Amino acid sequence: MTSLAVEASKLVKRFEGQRAVDGIDLAVPEGAIYGVLGPNGAGKTTTLRTLLGIIEPDGGWRKVLGEDRPMRAAPRIGYLPEERGLYPSMQAKEAIAFLGALRGMTLADGRRRAGELLEEAGLGEAATKTIRQLSKGMAQTVQLLGTIVHRPKLLVLDEPFSGLDAINQQRLEGLIRAQVAEGSTVLFSTHVIAHAERLCERISVIAKGRVRFDGTVAEARGRLPSRVHLTTRAGDGPWRAALPADSIADGRNFDFALPEGGIEPVLEALIAGGAGIESLAIERPSLHDAFVDLVGEPVPQPEPGEVQP
Amino acid sequence: MRQFLASAWVIARRDYGATVFSKVFILFLLTPLFSLAFGAVFALAGHDDGGPGRSPMVAVIGGEDFAHPLIEARTRLAKRLGDDAVPTLRRQAMPASGFADGPHEAREALRNRDTDAAVSGTLDRPLVTVVGDDRGLADRIGLILDAARAGPPATARIDVRYVAQPAAPDESGRRDVAHWAQTGVFFLLMLLAGMSLSTFIEEKSNKVIEVLAAAVPIDAIFLGKLVAMLAISLTGVAIWAGAALTAVMAFFPHALSGATAPAVGWPLFIGAAILYFTVSYLLIGAVFLGLGSQAGSPREVQSMAMPVTMLQLLLFGFASAGTAHPNGWIGIASAVFPWSSPLSMLGRAALVPSLWPHLLALAWQLLWLVLALRVAAAMFRRAVLKSGGGWRWPWMRKAQ
Repeated sequence: MTSLAVEASKLVKRFEGQRAVDGIDLAVPEGAIYGVLGPNGAGKTTTLRTLLGIIEPDGGWRKVLGEDRPMRAAPRIGYLPEERGLYPSMQAKEAIAFLGALRGMTLADGRRRAGELLEEAGLGEAATKTIRQLSKGMAQTVQLLGTIVHRPKLLVLDEPFSGLDAINQQRLEGLIRAQVAEGSTVLFSTHVIAHAERLCERISVIAKGRVRFDGTVAEARGRLPSRVHLTTRAGDGPWRAALPADSIADGRNFDFALPEGGIEPVLEALIAGGAGIESLAIERPSLHDAFVDLVGEPVPQPEPGEVQP
Repeated sequence: MRQFLASAWVIARRDYGATVFSKVFILFLLTPLFSLAFGAVFALAGHDDGGPGRSPMVAVIGGEDFAHPLIEARTRLAKRLGDDAVPTLRRQAMPASGFADGPHEAREALRNRDTDAAVSGTLDRPLVTVVGDDRGLADRIGLILDAARAGPPATARIDVRYVAQPAAPDESGRRDVAHWAQTGVFFLLMLLAGMSLSTFIEEKSNKVIEVLAAAVPIDAIFLGKLVAMLAISLTGVAIWAGAALTAVMAFFPHALSGATAPAVGWPLFIGAAILYFTVSYLLIGAVFLGLGSQAGSPREVQSMAMPVTMLQLLLFGFASAGTAHPNGWIGIASAVFPWSSPLSMLGRAALVPSLWPHLLALAWQLLWLVLALRVAAAMFRRAVLKSGGGWRWPWMRKAQ
């Protein structure tokens, strides 16, 4: 069994009486790319900040890289906050070295590695420019490099893709994969499903401060039945009775959930009724469908035995 | 603990570098010059309020043999005493009807609003008529008359030698030392401690605080920022003190040698001044840092600056009062209250020779410094980062 990089149990965080985080459990295996998905205001950022020890939870506990107090693990963690922030008058290289120093590197090491990282990212000539002089995208890249400069074992990224163009998003995905290949664990939050679908092995879907789903992307998609897209040559006929009642009909196009008995009984009825199958496709639901389905669900009631702090 | 100190060091190094190696720091170094200019402007204004804007005008009524020696004597006196110190003389125009030197002419001359007095008669029997009862003016006219009677001296040469006043250890001299040291330290504190009110605004406005709070303990951020502020201030003070000392040595080489030695001796006293300035700065800075960290905008910081300055004045008054009676209840109280203690103890060092109370006081002040920093950091965590529910004591936190 692989050990866990991040573990949290029944985390609760209240802001002025409101529960921003309401009993969240989380288990991120070492070496995983783990996504925390949720709509805006679901409590993703608060969850991450609580995990990192920036704020103390009102209830529950968490363990990060084996430490009960996350601050003890700080030198092994990299964190990119949702609201990016660097000192505007610092040079790019110095900014990266400073972020490294905050995580326990020496300034000399930080500067050397900052130079390497900037070269790799194609920003070599920006090294001596101040953050103020950089474009927003470049500043964001500089901060990201500062987040990994000390080779963290755990990388926590809060909405890392927001504000990046498609090319830079692609680069970031590459960087995340490279970090994991080097043995890091990556935990990131997003409200954009596509990134999670491409990157993550496991996800948690959070809404209104609670975990709605926890598992692999395949499992999330498996929660929903596959969709059947059918086009017939005939417009109508007795075979229509064989289609599920909640089918969505659009002329000769039909869209319905795969019936529990499989597609074969439907096919037999269609052939016997002479519907004339022009095209038939069975599609697994996307993570997007699963996400909308999960988030749209009513909030599950707390179990009777659950302690209310 | 090592990680904690290393974190504080990273924060402090950044703050120090960002402040001292910036162009604005040169402006900061010029601050005392502004203060001096400010003082000079006030001194001028004060001078205007204190006395009349012009020296009194005296009409001289009489012939050449009376007026000439008087005007010559006045010129000699003005050379020694300054032009403002002696009244201005004016020959009264002769009446057309002829020459007269009686009281009647004097009264006529005084009808002129610019004229404050008249002198008439002869050098042997002069008559001075003064408007109102300005005895001082009459005396000064008398001085001119005396000088005129004596005539010009055979020689005006005077050899001047400037020597230091021999030091005499006396109570009032020590009080002066205590007072000046306290005032100096207080002035520097007023000038420098206010900085720490606004030091958190930078991190808050550019969102760096989130990165800092994730990487290092809040207490380390506070300690680092405070130490950086202190280092910046000491850098400024060192440069100012160096410049001031050079200026004093160059222009007034004997100004300091006449001062009474403080009770603990000069080297220890200067050491104590630096030490107590440091502790006082840290104590006040910790409070300011805590208050400033609660502010969301520069506007809020500005609103805080005023009451905070008043509080500092209060502390200074308390410590000064303590120095007047170092062993009275107010002296003890101001030495015990942590925020007035450094200033009060500095005054005590000038007056009382024993050293052990200083060690005790320093330990006491440092204890409160740690407490103040911890409370400031805890308040920041709760109010700004919205962390933690109720207040919990450290030992309760560990149990959780």
